[in-house]
Amino acid sequence: MCHAIPAQVVAIDEASDMATVSLDGVKKDISLALVQDVQVGDYLLVHVGYALSKVSPEEAERTLELFAEMAQLDGVQP
Amino acid sequence: MSADLKRFSLELNLRDGVVDMTHGSGGRAMSQLIEELFVKYFDNDMLRQANDQATFQVPAGRMVISTDGHVISPLFFPGGDIGSLAVHGTVNDVAMSGAKPLYLSASFILEEGFPLADLERIVASMGRAASAAGVPVVTGDTKVVERGKGDGVFITTTGVGLVPEGVNISGDLARPGDVVLVSGTMGDHGVAIMSSRENLEFETSIKSDSAALHTLIADMVKVAPNIHCLRDPTRGGLATTLNELSHQSGVGIRLQESSIPVRPAVKAACELLGLDPLYVANEGKLICICPQEDAERLLEVMQAHPLGNESAIIGEVVEDQHGFVQMETSFGGSRMVDWLVGEQLPRIC
Amino acid sequence: MKYVDEFRRQDLARKLSADIKREADPERQYNLMEFCGGHTHAIFRYGVQNLMPPNVRFVHGPGCPVCVLPIGRIDNAIQMVQQHDVILCSYGDMLRVPASDRKSLLKVSAEGGDVRMVYSTQDALKIARDNPERQVVFFAIGFETTTPPSAVAIKQAQAEGLKNFSVFCNHVLTPAAITNILESPEVREVGSVRIDGFFGPSHVSSIIGSQPYEFFAEEFQRPVVIAGFEPLDVMQSTLMLIRQLNEGRYEVENEYMRVVSREGNLKAKGLVAEVMELRRSFEWRGLGLVPYSALKIKKEFAEFDAEKHFELPAIQVNDIKGCECPSILRGVKRPTDCKLFGTVCTTENPMGSCMVSSEGACAAYWSYGRFTQTNSEQESVA
Repeated sequence: MCHAIPAQVVAIDEASDMATVSLDGVKKDISLALVQDVQVGDYLLVHVGYALSKVSPEEAERTLELFAEMAQLDGVQP
Repeated sequence: MSADLKRFSLELNLRDGVVDMTHGSGGRAMSQLIEELFVKYFDNDMLRQANDQATFQVPAGRMVISTDGHVISPLFFPGGDIGSLAVHGTVNDVAMSGAKPLYLSASFILEEGFPLADLERIVASMGRAASAAGVPVVTGDTKVVERGKGDGVFITTTGVGLVPEGVNISGDLARPGDVVLVSGTMGDHGVAIMSSRENLEFETSIKSDSAALHTLIADMVKVAPNIHCLRDPTRGGLATTLNELSHQSGVGIRLQESSIPVRPAVKAACELLGLDPLYVANEGKLICICPQEDAERLLEVMQAHPLGNESAIIGEVVEDQHGFVQMETSFGGSRMVDWLVGEQLPRIC
Repeated sequence: MKYVDEFRRQDLARKLSADIKREADPERQYNLMEFCGGHTHAIFRYGVQNLMPPNVRFVHGPGCPVCVLPIGRIDNAIQMVQQHDVILCSYGDMLRVPASDRKSLLKVSAEGGDVRMVYSTQDALKIARDNPERQVVFFAIGFETTTPPSAVAIKQAQAEGLKNFSVFCNHVLTPAAITNILESPEVREVGSVRIDGFFGPSHVSSIIGSQPYEFFAEEFQRPVVIAGFEPLDVMQSTLMLIRQLNEGRYEVENEYMRVVSREGNLKAKGLVAEVMELRRSFEWRGLGLVPYSALKIKKEFAEFDAEKHFELPAIQVNDIKGCECPSILRGVKRPTDCKLFGTVCTTENPMGSCMVSSEGACAAYWSYGRFTQTNSEQESVA
């Protein structure tokens, strides 16, 4: 369940524990109550107006490589 | 001299005044409202005649009439307002038959307490839209309802037009082998509206695409008089309108998702809210279904028009007794594009 | 959109489809249950089923909190609006679900009830602040993903000293639901429809972590792959499940590494534990009473518990005869096995839980999938 989407932090308001995230230029203010150590530039997973967790760029890269890698192992041209 | 005497002793307080019951009661207050607002901004001779109707001559031929009620909220949104929407909507409905729109009528139902400043803004916007389209508002009506019984203002516009000889465009004329085109990006209007609604606040530069399409259609009909169907994908979006057409014509439609133009910001806003752009309203776009041999020519003419720069071929019509609209997804799979059940709501699941 | 578009690439879909077709053993059937409404949605919206060989079948489980919410609870929400003049704030998903007497929150709103759609619990708090003379109730539904936002709202309301805000708590738990399915007679029986493996829900897992699934893998000897939300994630996870099954393994693997860790979101879990506790049992539409499967608000936060403020009788409403939701939710039957599907029961006129939400197995099948399988031109990608 749970429709959630990764978006990038463009501004943080520490006083209210909120951040402005941007998804392809569309901006929304969301709550940071469920996460910590957020910096501008981080990617957050957004669900019902809250950040649920950070999206790890390294792990995302690894996952994409995994998709492509498995294909190559079987000799199919990318 | 009596001509110098002002007709109304008090000026209409457009800055802080509000609509009250006297504005709808047929007396002097209503007369003043009409003259200083509607006649001023709609600005045409027929209206200035101050009759309860407008009389005009038409050449022999087939006439088209269409009517639309506008109850949109919020009244003002990026790229337009209820006034310009009321003009564009009806001009488009008339034009979708291939007709040249001639005149509009406008009926206003105002809520007691509605700010006159807002009313002026709306009427001015309507005047500009009508003037830009070349389709004047030649007659109208005003009523006022008690506070709480209206949503500020409801506007109903009716339009009449004339269909050129040899043009026969109707929702039941789509045939297997026909090509499906759209005149531009999908979902702009709906997203613009949602961005101004409370509780869904998000910031975006997306504006409503509200526009009068009759000159685009005139160009299209000139180069391809044999167009089968034209319709604007308003409420319910592209998906709903295509389903209407496929059912009316008793055919199926097959779409290519990767060909359907959608602005990245619209895609993003829809992702945030859990919406599908195919079901989001448009107010300045059209769907065209035409014989295959006309497709390339039409696409060229559409792309050359300022309101059709991003036109695209998005699919084709096939045999299908069920009338299903199916789509090859940009992922490579395939799915049904069904009728919308009620209005699409943002989801959490 | 970064971290979204890359996971929807068609070229990679083709490759993964070829891999799956190559590695799936033609001599066996793979029934893989996806427990997450979001996965159902992704599979149908992108047409992932078309890219699978015929012996790989996605089984749709009860991962739709809208679908499993008993009608009686919606009736309670309606009661609060109509009898107690409450401002009821609700996520969009709930508004059209039919309750008793053919009512829904949308219909109640049309009749003058103050029902307001919100995107976030933050919006509900704002409504409470803006309307101090009215009671504001937030209709809380959802699995573990959506629970922390409700807990935050309650804590925030307490910190601000709001006197007119409460939450009608219907949060439910994933592991309990999975256990219920795996222990149900139809699934335990040998020879019945088998569920061979599970896709772990993406975002529930971002909160609870991958650790809770280790129990299932061990106890029921079924592989679990925690799968991301995008169609490539689903395909990759399918491949991982097939490999585990071929190799006779039953482990918990995490495909959604970019978001899910083993321990999950400790901060979010802590907040929930502070504000809520387990109910001894809770009724799930279609599954009956499930023990330790739902949450209620703790005594310390009673002033924010709508069930303490308002008289809300437990209303028992049965689904209609012929409705196969109980079996469909367990993955034991398909939507097309139900006599009501497509005849009496459609998305316009939903009869049972599986049709009420767009994530329900029947609704997804109806809207996205019906008749693509009867098309003579199968989407063959290889």
